[in-house]
Amino acid sequence: MESSFRSSLMFWPRWFWRQLTSMRTALFLLLLLALAAVPGSLYPQRSADPNGVRVYYDERPELAAFLDALQLFDVYTSVWFSAIYILLFVSLVGCVLPRLRVHLTALRRGPVQTPENLKRMSAYFESTGALDLEKVRKVLKQNGFRAEIQGDSVSAEKGYAKETGNLVFHFSLVAVLIAVGVGGGLSFSGQRVLVEGDTFVNNLASYDSFSPGPFFNERELVPFSLKLDDFAVIYDLRNPANLGQPIDFVASATLDDGSGATSQEFRVNHPLAAPGANVYLTGNGFAPVITVTDGTGAVAFSGPVVYLPQDSNMTSLGVIKVPDALPEQIGMISFFYPTVAELDTGAYTSIYPDPIDPLLTLNVYTGDLGLDSGIPRNVYALDTSQLEVVASRTGPNPPVELRPGESADLPGGIGRVTFDGVLRFASVDVAWNPGGFWVLLFAAIALIAIVFSLSIRRRRVWVRVRGEKIEYAALARGDDEQLESVLSEIKDEIEKEARV
Amino acid sequence: MNVVLNEPLSQVSLLFVSAAMGLLAVALLLFAFQLAKLKDDSTESRFEKFGFWVLGFATLVLGVGVVLRGIAANRVPWANMYEFSITGALTILTVYLVSLKVRDVRYVATFVTGFTLVTLFAAVSLFYVEVKTLMPALQSYWLVIHVMVAILAVGFFAVAAGFHIAYLVKSAGWGKALMDRFPELKVMERIAYRFNMVGFVSWSFTLIAGAIWAERAWHRYWGWDTKEVWTFIIWVLYAGYLHAMATRGWNGRRAAWLGLIGFSAVIFNFVVVNLFFKGLHVYSGL
Repeated sequence: MESSFRSSLMFWPRWFWRQLTSMRTALFLLLLLALAAVPGSLYPQRSADPNGVRVYYDERPELAAFLDALQLFDVYTSVWFSAIYILLFVSLVGCVLPRLRVHLTALRRGPVQTPENLKRMSAYFESTGALDLEKVRKVLKQNGFRAEIQGDSVSAEKGYAKETGNLVFHFSLVAVLIAVGVGGGLSFSGQRVLVEGDTFVNNLASYDSFSPGPFFNERELVPFSLKLDDFAVIYDLRNPANLGQPIDFVASATLDDGSGATSQEFRVNHPLAAPGANVYLTGNGFAPVITVTDGTGAVAFSGPVVYLPQDSNMTSLGVIKVPDALPEQIGMISFFYPTVAELDTGAYTSIYPDPIDPLLTLNVYTGDLGLDSGIPRNVYALDTSQLEVVASRTGPNPPVELRPGESADLPGGIGRVTFDGVLRFASVDVAWNPGGFWVLLFAAIALIAIVFSLSIRRRRVWVRVRGEKIEYAALARGDDEQLESVLSEIKDEIEKEARV
Repeated sequence: MNVVLNEPLSQVSLLFVSAAMGLLAVALLLFAFQLAKLKDDSTESRFEKFGFWVLGFATLVLGVGVVLRGIAANRVPWANMYEFSITGALTILTVYLVSLKVRDVRYVATFVTGFTLVTLFAAVSLFYVEVKTLMPALQSYWLVIHVMVAILAVGFFAVAAGFHIAYLVKSAGWGKALMDRFPELKVMERIAYRFNMVGFVSWSFTLIAGAIWAERAWHRYWGWDTKEVWTFIIWVLYAGYLHAMATRGWNGRRAAWLGLIGFSAVIFNFVVVNLFFKGLHVYSGL
């Protein structure tokens, strides 16, 4: 009574488990996974294109909020996408584990019991005579079969590696998933802008932005320092079709890992191997060196300013904030044109990305820059709404224009600005993912295993001698169009070698 | 990196590619005649024989065009849409012609010829760009491996797709007189399976190679870039196809449809994702 109650209680879970681990469900989940991955390529993803998400919110805020509620900006970490692949992997394990047990048993036991009715097998031949079963076994062995004499018959099987490969493939996929998860959890990547001459010290405070995995620990950051000595951008000057196309970015740096300094080079596709992390070159731009003296004649600002590139010819936009200037704070919005040209409208543009004929223009403002209010301000933007315009294209004075080495008085005697020269900056990513090696290892194992699984054929062959009758039979797993010809060749060989 | 480009030579290469298109068109006509004749007379093979000679010659001419493009650019000829297309067409034709030696795959000659002709037409009329040097992000030996194997995989998927179509047409009972001359359904399914199998293994390799390269170039091996998404989708679709072939009730027409959906995703990944989707793989050159 009790046991039947228990079995009825277990009926639905068992039924559910059987359904989940069936091939049909695996197939369905695979197709669902493919389908679920599609929206991630249609909508901008926070992980790959955070700016795209921001633009979406600006342009269509209601739709964006709706899409966001459906996690369509985070497809690959969404509840529904995760549910599909977790179910798929549960189904996979549930399907493969019992097969592993069966396969291990088969490997241990060797060929199966010779079936009574061999005529029902997919390939079957008959002949008459007598055979030496020991010699039959030898012939089959030479053909790569595991063969065993069973009374009046020989039972043989080959192609175990097919199932081995299949199982290894599926287990490797599980291992890849685990390595991706754990590795991603421990990983980190941080961004930093380095002007030529700058030194980066590997600790959290040195990063402009930092994205750690959920299990990241600050102790993972191995101390080292990296000084960007020189950053060269090489343009193609030989081929007209290539005009203005960079052909190489070369960052020369001094790496000090505590035991001594070494000179290193890193480029796109060739990251620098620092202790506990790789340093990648991801962006470049200009950092004009500017000195500002204020109305009292004191140096209020001096140093390189990072300008953000605006187009492929490196027209660059920079913001200079001089909160220490007296009597009034000075703010400047500045454009840098590496090779300047004047448009019909009188505006400037850059026509070549290398500094062949550089020009710096400055729009000048005075007033309270708002830096003392305690609100964090973007260093790359200047809010001019509360400032007084001193010089701009629409202001009381024209913008200040400077060539390298030149200086100019600011209107109204508020100070003087000097354009000392141009440096380059490099954007670097410092990143490490300890899972990478393991993901690659298991992916490579999976690849080799799938080749075995797909290319090897599993075949069983039986030879039975009863009285004067000799029977040859073969069976294959799955579709095997060569089975009959293989059996026929084996038959010929046996009749030649093992006749008594 | 001081490479000299040779645009005039690239124009010569373009001539060869165009000549190959002309030859492919002739081959296509011959194969079409063959199919029309085959309906009434199963022993007919004159058109077919001549067609294969023309097809072989077209492949040779296209091969010269592709090699000249590589010499003109001083690198492997697969770094933008135009070059992917001409090298892809050459690869499909080569895979097909070599396969003829191994298996009887004559029946999809019309499909393969037509498909490569359309590919080349798109390449020449829509995708052509002057030869340029490689942008730094592409300067890696992974360009040779990753892209070549991807193109090879497409070659195998394409031949399989031809058999999927033939299978579906025959099993639907269309054009019975002609389709009766085609191999049995079982045989066509088996051939498609073999080609998809090789395609799947190559695709898996290219996915892994791409991840290794991405780790070098973009500091992460996988980031769900649009191209990565579609590479993944294609992989999963063909994995689904392989499962379908081993699932009772799912082989046959359903598996053939799955294979075709997989191949449509391959084409979508090449044309739509390359040209219209935002992402890191912005190498169309257009």
